[in-house]
Amino acid sequence: MGLLDRLHQLRRAVPEDDIAGRTEALVVRGNEFGFDEFGLSRESFRGAAHVARWLYRHYFRASAFGIEHIPASGRVLFVANHSGQLPFDGLVIGAACFLEPPKPRLVRSMVEYFVPTVPFASYLLARWGQIIGTPENCRRLLAADEAVLVFPEGARGISKNFSKRYQLAEFGKGFMRLALEMRAPIVPIAVIGAEEQAPAINLKPLARLLGSPSFPVVPYPPFVPLVPLPVKYRLYFGEPIKLTGDPDDDDEVLDEKAKIVKHRIQSMIQLGLREREHVFW
Amino acid sequence: MSSGDIAESGRPRPRKVVITGIAGRLGRIVARRLHHELDWQIIGLDRRPMPGRPKDIEHHEVDLRSKKARDVFRIGEVDALIHLGVMHDPRARPAEIYSWNITGTTKLLEYCQAYRVPKVVLLSSANVYGPRPDNPQFLTEDAPLLAAQRFPQMRDLVEIDHLVSTFLWRAQNVETVILRPVHIVGPVHNAPSNYLRIERPPILLGFDPMVQLVHYQDTADAIVAALAPGRRGIYNIVGPGEVPLSAVLKELGREPVQIPHPVARPILSLAFRLGISSFPVAELDFIRYVCMVDGRRAAAELGFRPRFGLRETIHAIDEPA
Repeated sequence: MGLLDRLHQLRRAVPEDDIAGRTEALVVRGNEFGFDEFGLSRESFRGAAHVARWLYRHYFRASAFGIEHIPASGRVLFVANHSGQLPFDGLVIGAACFLEPPKPRLVRSMVEYFVPTVPFASYLLARWGQIIGTPENCRRLLAADEAVLVFPEGARGISKNFSKRYQLAEFGKGFMRLALEMRAPIVPIAVIGAEEQAPAINLKPLARLLGSPSFPVVPYPPFVPLVPLPVKYRLYFGEPIKLTGDPDDDDEVLDEKAKIVKHRIQSMIQLGLREREHVFW
Repeated sequence: MSSGDIAESGRPRPRKVVITGIAGRLGRIVARRLHHELDWQIIGLDRRPMPGRPKDIEHHEVDLRSKKARDVFRIGEVDALIHLGVMHDPRARPAEIYSWNITGTTKLLEYCQAYRVPKVVLLSSANVYGPRPDNPQFLTEDAPLLAAQRFPQMRDLVEIDHLVSTFLWRAQNVETVILRPVHIVGPVHNAPSNYLRIERPPILLGFDPMVQLVHYQDTADAIVAALAPGRRGIYNIVGPGEVPLSAVLKELGREPVQIPHPVARPILSLAFRLGISSFPVAELDFIRYVCMVDGRRAAAELGFRPRFGLRETIHAIDEPA
């Protein structure tokens, strides 16, 4: 089958999504100006959702498995592996939760502390519902029964070298503390595909010199990952994990609990990699 | 003791409050509220004159550091001090302002302890926390006051806040209340209101932080609430909600000038020195990063709720002085 045929077939297979209706169905606690307390605006979200949908359906041709594990309501902490130099994994997870379940779910991802210093990203991400990754923000949203997405690997995960693909970096313990404290179920997510969107090595000395968190280079022009390769994304949502315990426990105890989640994600990744036939389709 | 409400005649003695900075717009509003509506006896302390004041408002044009200021407390059974007289003039000499603010506040606290004033209310500001990229969306009262780290001009207010916080824990016989309101909007002279009055205010290209505003009348309400017996502690005072800066400017019909942030500092400091702009450069981060607070403690313990909605609060800027 030729590439063009394949594309045609894909196009027919892509469902039409009712972006306007789904945006309307989102729970937004907006004020008379249409903004919620974190700066989310339904109007801005709708615009971004069109772009996200195109990326999700056409560019990355994402498939999501285990949609039934996305809770229709109530607080939940989504925990996923982080990879691919560019944070498209967050976008794809957000798009999946918005487009796939019968009732759309708004995902608030916790973004890095430097984002507010970047022009445009500083406020646009907020308009689309993303939040600065402080524990206070996460606590507040979980208390309001929202869905928060965390990448416990943080920068260690997204900027790792291509040779380390699909090997989880160390998990932070913050997410576990929050989940226990707020009694929020954890939905583990394995993201397959993102690792190949920018097969890079990270030039750490150069990054240190420039004062940036990482300096990835890829073996094709323009040699820095600006545009992701059109890999196929596969998302696996796992069964909610409900853990109980003292959020102020010793680090070792929390570490044990964080490992439960980490191992679940790792085994979902192995499953996904076994099922995958090709990186690009 | 001054807290006895019944004088020898059996008639209730009007409660007496000393207000520093009474000659300012907010000072007058607070004085008017306490005087007309709640029958307090008002004593003003301000280095500025207070023209057009009602005859029964006592006013002393003195320096807080002077002996005369001490006499005000020594002579008369003062029931409360409301300290609004924090000086902030971007064009005055910093050393003079510093001495006025810090020495003045230290003296006031001394008088209050020496002459058994049972209530001290400081009007601080939510700006003492400082706008920072890594701020949580809503800071609580126990967040560190980091504003002085980047803004020398905020140093005075942060130090005064610290002075009074220390006093709050040290002087157990005094009910001390520190109010940290968000940007107070109205016919008042403060940085946010001055900014909102500019026809073409500067904003930073690619930045549009969420802001909180509070109506000046609501601020006066909070001060009145703080005067109630039994209230002590530190309280963030928030208005009716959060909006992006751009929405506020749009609501007021302003036409902002977008300046790329790397060149904003030199351009605006030049304009300030030339007298073209009145925007203090040190306050640039307030139009760049979030500095918002959580007002739940004031709601729970002071019973404070803003009376004015978001639109009313924004348009308070249009009210005549």
